[in-house]
Amino acid sequence: MNTPLSILRFRIIFIIFWLLMEADQIMVLHYFGLDWNIAAIDSGICNALLLLICLLVMNTLRFYLPRGKQYIHIFSICLFLTIIWLVITKWLLGIALGDHPGYKELLQHSLSIRFSIAFLLLGCITMISILWYNQLEQKEYDQRKSNAEKLAREAELFKLRQQLQPHFLFNSLNSINALIGSRPEEARKMVQQLSDFLRGTLKKEETQWVSLSEELQYLQLYLDIEKVRFGNRLATSVNIQETTPQLKLPALLLQPIVENAIKFGLYDTTGETLIQLETWVNNGDLLIRVSNPFDPLTSSPKQGTGFGLKSVQRRLYLLFARNDLLVTEAKENIFITTVRIPQEPGNKN
Amino acid sequence: MKVIIIDDEPLARSIVKEYLQKHPELEIVQECSDGFEGLKAIQQHEPDLIFLDIQMPKITGFEMLELIEQPPSVIFTTAFDEYAIKAFEAHAVDYLLKPFNQERFDKAISKWMEQSTKGKNTQELLEAAALSPSQNQRIVVKNGSKIKIIPVQDVFYLEAADDYVKIHTSEGYFLKNKTMNHFEQSLDKEQFVRSHRSYIVNIQQITRIDPYEKDNHVAILRNGTKVPVSRNGYVRLREVLGL
Repeated sequence: MNTPLSILRFRIIFIIFWLLMEADQIMVLHYFGLDWNIAAIDSGICNALLLLICLLVMNTLRFYLPRGKQYIHIFSICLFLTIIWLVITKWLLGIALGDHPGYKELLQHSLSIRFSIAFLLLGCITMISILWYNQLEQKEYDQRKSNAEKLAREAELFKLRQQLQPHFLFNSLNSINALIGSRPEEARKMVQQLSDFLRGTLKKEETQWVSLSEELQYLQLYLDIEKVRFGNRLATSVNIQETTPQLKLPALLLQPIVENAIKFGLYDTTGETLIQLETWVNNGDLLIRVSNPFDPLTSSPKQGTGFGLKSVQRRLYLLFARNDLLVTEAKENIFITTVRIPQEPGNKN
Repeated sequence: MKVIIIDDEPLARSIVKEYLQKHPELEIVQECSDGFEGLKAIQQHEPDLIFLDIQMPKITGFEMLELIEQPPSVIFTTAFDEYAIKAFEAHAVDYLLKPFNQERFDKAISKWMEQSTKGKNTQELLEAAALSPSQNQRIVVKNGSKIKIIPVQDVFYLEAADDYVKIHTSEGYFLKNKTMNHFEQSLDKEQFVRSHRSYIVNIQQITRIDPYEKDNHVAILRNGTKVPVSRNGYVRLREVLGL
């Protein structure tokens, strides 16, 4: 830890302050009838010793900062140091200037004043040091805390990404297994799609931004795999507004939303499930709407959100510190999920 | 012997079909893509063995089995379901984890052939599976020939009725062949409270609780129904309501 004196500005202030102290004391002593040179020697010895003690305290506090109720210790230490200072000062001054007529009396009389001024000064220096070191410590603590938060956030994002549904993976492998016997060409194709999809999941960073067209390509892989799994039951319609493909969004955000819609749609209805995807621009933001059919009689929309949107919501919050970017609504038997992606000028690639 | 395959994914059914070719004594009488179809097919064909997926549209494989008086032998096929697997292992029911190969499949078949207790463990299995969190959001009942799915928040209260439990909703009541203890355990304890030996009440439906005779209380529901509250039930209710 740095002492306050390691900053040049403070060092200069400190030196000037000390010179002023000396000058002041010389003037006062002269006023009380001492010769200039005697006053100067007195002040020099006095203040040099006091300076030493102040530096000692300042340095010690670097390693030992009082907590809570220990301030009484600090007070006693200051008191103790001031007494020592007084004793030494008196002894040194006695040796140096004792021969001068009338000096000893003046010294004797001024002891209480010297003591209180020194005590006040030492107290002030101590308090300033404590405040300084506390503030430094606070800064370091804040730094650590924000580092820890950043790490935690990254870890959380990583975990959210890892939640790639094992269900999806094992079922896809099962489909491939079935295709190998009957339609090996298709099996091969699906292995390729599944690999590309998984690679996409692994290589992208959660904090990375990608263009909508890139994300849509990745989504297409997912949709193709799901279509093989569910056959005719799954139908999709994608409607992309011309202005949107180059807009950006956080990587791997779209797929979990569509996955949620597919699961919700497929497991809540029998018959064909149509998943609709639409994108457009509103107030400069990218808007994406995914809709799926559901049965209002057997599931409440509230339950529907529980499926897989929570982690999307959490990600959006971690990225934008906003909770209003993901909206779900149920219209008759259609469940609609809308995400708004702010296109901040500062968003990085 | 008759076999039915119930799975919502066509390719998942076809692999079972393929593996069954090695077992000519087993005849596939029907393939079904959801629990409703499965239920109908089972009642119609009375199969000896079914291959059953768990996660399927509308009702799960477990929920479908609950609706059958005497379930046939089941070999479960599932991709990934922690709770189900726990339940299977606890009750020594055979299950196939997707993807599985012919060898593993044959083993399941021969194990089933040797078993003398065919289909016996199913009831206990269902009790265990019902405790999984994915299954306590709704109650599936049979209403005549129709299947009714009741989201738990629509339930007013449950009432014991001999071997059945009466599930009271805005549409009247439905009967389910389960015990009060089963529901007390499987339903969300923050929402459903056993107010009385014979009653479990949805606390979201309660508008007030009045004293009733000596030591007893009665809960008045939104629709005006009065549900008895015993002394112990009153303690439990106060706990959950934070009074």
